[in-house]
Amino acid sequence: MDWSALRVSLWLGVGTILVLLPFGIWFGRVLAYRQFRGKLLVEALVTVPLVLPPTVLGFYLLVTFGARSPLGRAFQAVVGQTLPFSFEGLLFASAIANIPFVVQPIQRGFEAIPSDVRDAAACCGLTPWQRFQRIELPLAWPSVLTAAILTFAHTLGEFGVVLMVGGNLPGETRTLSIAIYDRMQAFDDRSAGVMAATLLVVAVVTLMTTTTLSRQIGSRRA
Amino acid sequence: MTARRTSVLLLLAVVVSLAWPALSTAQKPPTIAAAANLNFALKEIADAFARAHGKRVELVFGASGTLTRQIRDGAPFEVFLAADEEFPNQLTAAGLTRDPGAVYAVGRLVLFAPKGSPLMVDARLEGLSRLAKAGGVSRFAIANPDVAPYGKAAEAVLRKRGLWDAIRPRLVLGDTIAQAAQFATTGNAVGGLIAYSLVRAPDFGDRGPYAVIPDADYPSLRQRMVLLKRSSPTATQFYQYVLSDAAQSIFRKHGYAVPQ
Repeated sequence: MDWSALRVSLWLGVGTILVLLPFGIWFGRVLAYRQFRGKLLVEALVTVPLVLPPTVLGFYLLVTFGARSPLGRAFQAVVGQTLPFSFEGLLFASAIANIPFVVQPIQRGFEAIPSDVRDAAACCGLTPWQRFQRIELPLAWPSVLTAAILTFAHTLGEFGVVLMVGGNLPGETRTLSIAIYDRMQAFDDRSAGVMAATLLVVAVVTLMTTTTLSRQIGSRRA
Repeated sequence: MTARRTSVLLLLAVVVSLAWPALSTAQKPPTIAAAANLNFALKEIADAFARAHGKRVELVFGASGTLTRQIRDGAPFEVFLAADEEFPNQLTAAGLTRDPGAVYAVGRLVLFAPKGSPLMVDARLEGLSRLAKAGGVSRFAIANPDVAPYGKAAEAVLRKRGLWDAIRPRLVLGDTIAQAAQFATTGNAVGGLIAYSLVRAPDFGDRGPYAVIPDADYPSLRQRMVLLKRSSPTATQFYQYVLSDAAQSIFRKHGYAVPQ
């Protein structure tokens, strides 16, 4: 078992949630309540990471932020390291890859709040921020939690992007899924097996949790 | 209830911001990029280096071409041990290395067949030729010639024996020579052309017979090593250690030839 890889994976999962959740709550709510021109295009763009192969994202990240691009060189001059092949770069890639996993459930959560509830809150004289904080967010909370869990699980399972922009650096960009690949190539099937089983258990627990959560939402509505 | 949740989130944010520097700025040993054929030999050398000098290095294995691309894109490796001379020379030409470096070992190729395979192994590939004529080659594993020098050498051997066109539709390409070895031992491949250093490794075990291919059958796998521009004193020390007698005898033990 490669503990540093487990640590990198867990931090990447938690980090992605922390980076994406505020954006997801804001943007999911915007998509749920506002009508604007080009909404269809925006919704498509939000969903695109779901259907694109990870290699496309990896390619663009390397071309845009690699040491051979002007942007990458500027970044390197300031920070001393390129964005690819660093933990922060993985976090950035993971945040982009997980946008649909965060925005979509949260958008559905806000959409499911009956409009009379929101109207009543407005009639009672609550400010928009109070309505959001006291009425909407608590009602949409199970969806927010689902989004967080899905993001965490998806990040743990991320392989293609990490392989392309990570560089397999121990303690920095070698996640558990990369470590399995690495161990397989070293004919170390035992370690690979232990790590694969770990990921399998985490995935099953995650899915059971999300199912339980969505049942709770369902029963509360009934 | 929102207040409590907000405070939980705030607490999480504080914990993460405190732990963050520990992730990225902790003093780390230098990272060495190495061709996949070195998977076992270099680990032993790194252990011996740690015993001799009390310093650790981190090893990252991959295909020479992939690692070259990563170094050009800014990967923070400090030493690069390639499986050929061409890839490190590209880096030297691009101004990314301290100097042209040194040849540290010469690799060898073997024809390998897993236990139970219909393939009879021999140095001149006559068994493979017979099997191909009989239509008995289901899959045959080599490394991807575009990124792995051992794959390029395998292609040269198959071409020299006039087998390339017959075997080509049956090829499975590993990203690295280590993955090619994985393919050759598992799955339905009848065998593969893989690195001698891998089949000799204890972890590889006794998975099947192999025959060493004569050096004259493919362009020499002279493996060059370069110190990259950003290398630390420890990395330089490791570079010198790889060229030392102690390390060279480990390479010999793992089936490499000593560079002339």
